[in-house]
Amino acid sequence: MHRALPLMLTTALLIPTAVSSQDSAGVQVKRGEYLVSIAGCHDCHTPWIIGSAGPEPDTKRALSGHPQDVTISAPATLSPPWSGAMNPTSTGWSGPWGVSFSANLTSDPETGVLRDFTEQQFIQTMRTGRHQGQGRPILPPMPWPAYGNMTDDDLKAVFAYLRQVPPVKNKVPDPLPPKQ
Amino acid sequence: MAQVSATAQRLKSGWSHRSAAVGAILAMSFVVLTGAPAIPQPATANPPSTLQETGLYADPVTLQVDSAHLAFAPQYPLWSDGATKRRWISLPPGTAIDGSDPEAWIFPVGTRFWKEFSFNGEKVETRYLERRADGQWLYAAYAWSDDGREAQLVSVRGRRGAYPLAGGRSHTIPGVTDCKACHQGGPSEILGFGTLQLSSERDAGAIHAELQPEPHVDLAHLVDRGLLVGLPKALRDAPPRIAAATATERAALGYLHGNCGHCHNERGSLQNIALFLRHRAETTGEPALASTVAQPVRKPAPGQSPDAVLRVEPGHPERSGLVQRVSSRSPALQMPPLGTELIDDEAVRLLYRWIEEKGASIQQAHANAEGR
Repeated sequence: MHRALPLMLTTALLIPTAVSSQDSAGVQVKRGEYLVSIAGCHDCHTPWIIGSAGPEPDTKRALSGHPQDVTISAPATLSPPWSGAMNPTSTGWSGPWGVSFSANLTSDPETGVLRDFTEQQFIQTMRTGRHQGQGRPILPPMPWPAYGNMTDDDLKAVFAYLRQVPPVKNKVPDPLPPKQ
Repeated sequence: MAQVSATAQRLKSGWSHRSAAVGAILAMSFVVLTGAPAIPQPATANPPSTLQETGLYADPVTLQVDSAHLAFAPQYPLWSDGATKRRWISLPPGTAIDGSDPEAWIFPVGTRFWKEFSFNGEKVETRYLERRADGQWLYAAYAWSDDGREAQLVSVRGRRGAYPLAGGRSHTIPGVTDCKACHQGGPSEILGFGTLQLSSERDAGAIHAELQPEPHVDLAHLVDRGLLVGLPKALRDAPPRIAAATATERAALGYLHGNCGHCHNERGSLQNIALFLRHRAETTGEPALASTVAQPVRKPAPGQSPDAVLRVEPGHPERSGLVQRVSSRSPALQMPPLGTELIDDEAVRLLYRWIEEKGASIQQAHANAEGR
C-alpha cells in the first residue's frame, strides 16, 4: 500500500489540473460560439435557405461557406446607384472587387480554410486582412477591420470554437476577378 | 441580373437583420475603390510630421544627407517595381549592433533607418524606422512633394496612386499594417541590413544589384569600426555566402532570400508552411533547396494552375508552383503578396534558368550513373 501512495498522491494532484484545463477550454469554446453568433459570421459563412418562416441559415451546413455546387461564373450586372449584390445563399458577393465566395470555416481537414492556420495566424489575419496574416488580401465584404478590434482573448476563443465546428466537406470556388 | 433581382427581393422581404452585412458590402466597396484598408496599429510614439524632422538631412534646404549616417546597399535588394533606392543607417554615438545571433541582430535604442524610393529620377517616398526606448520599432513613410523639396508623413493607412507605373498600375506607399506584415515575419524586423546582405563577399550574379555607396558598408567595415560586435568568429573569418552548385543557383537563392525570406523562414509565424527561403548563416545546406526542389505544393492558391504539383520541378519551371506565383500579379496568386504591382521579369528569367539547369544537371547525373 505504501508503494502506491506516491502514485495516488500524484494522481490526486493531477486530476484537478486536468479537469480545470478542460473546463477552461470548454469556457473558451463557449465564448467563441457566443462571439460567432453575435458577430454575424453565419450571415455569410453559413448557406441560407428558405425555411417555413422565410430565409434562415442552414444549420446542417453551418459555417461551411459557399456551396461548391452553386455555380457563379461572372460578377453581377449592376447599374447605378447599385454597387454590390449577393446570391440567394448569401455566400457569393459581387462588387467592385469581382466575386468573393465565403470560406469554409469548419474543421474539415480537406476543404476547411483554417486547416493550415495556427492560432497566431488567425489573429493576424483578422488584424491585417491578409491570408494567414501575411499573404493575399481577404476580399470584401469580410469585415475584418471590425473583427480586428477584438481582443486577443476574443479572437482566440473564436478560433477555438471554429476548430471544433463539425466538418463539412465543401470546396469553395476561387474568387472571380472584376469585369474589365 | 437574376442574382440582383433575388437580392432585391430578399431585402424587400424585410430581412432587416442582414443590414450589417449589407452595410459591410457598401463599406468594403468604398475601401476597395478608395484604397483605405488596414487597422491603425498602436504606435509607440508619433513619428515626426516631416522627413526633415527625422534627422536625415544636415541641411533641410539643400537636402544634404548628414554625413554621420552610413549609406549602404544590400547585395540582394527587394524588387519594388523598378524603384531606385537609397538607404542609410544611423547609430547613436558610442553604440554598436549586437551580432551574436547572426539571424537577428540587436540594434541599439535610437537606431534609425531610411529608405528612399525614386521612379524615373523622381523621389516618391522615404520610409523610416526608429528603435524606440521601449525596444519597439517606429514605422513611418513620407511622401515627397511634386517639386521634390519636402516630404510629409503619410497616414498609417498608406497611400495608393503615389506614382503611375506601367499597365495602368501605380505605386502604393504601404500602410503600417502592411509594413509590419513583412518586417515582423521573421527573426528580425530589419530586413536589408543583416549578415548575408552585408557579406563582404558579394554575389556578382545578383540581379538588380546596386553599386555599394561610399564607404562600402559591409561586415568587415562594421566590425573593424566597432559598430558590429559579437559576430561569431567563423563569420568574421569567412564571409557568408549562399552554398550553391552554380552561379545561377546562388543568384536565384539570393533573390529568394531578399524577396521572400522575410516571411518564408524557419522562425516566423508562417513556419508551419515549411517553405524556408531565407538563407541561414550558420548552417550547412540551403533550406531554400531542401524546402522547394521536388517538394509538393501543399495548398494551391486561388487561380493556381493544377499542373503545379511541385514547388520546384527540376527541368520544368513553367509548372513549378514557386515560379507560377512569382510570375503572377493576380492579387490572390501573386508573390510577394504586397509591395509590388509589376512582375519582376528579370527574376522570372533567373528562376527559369535555375530550374532548367537544375533539371539538366539531374539528367546528366542519371546518365553518368547509367554509363558507369
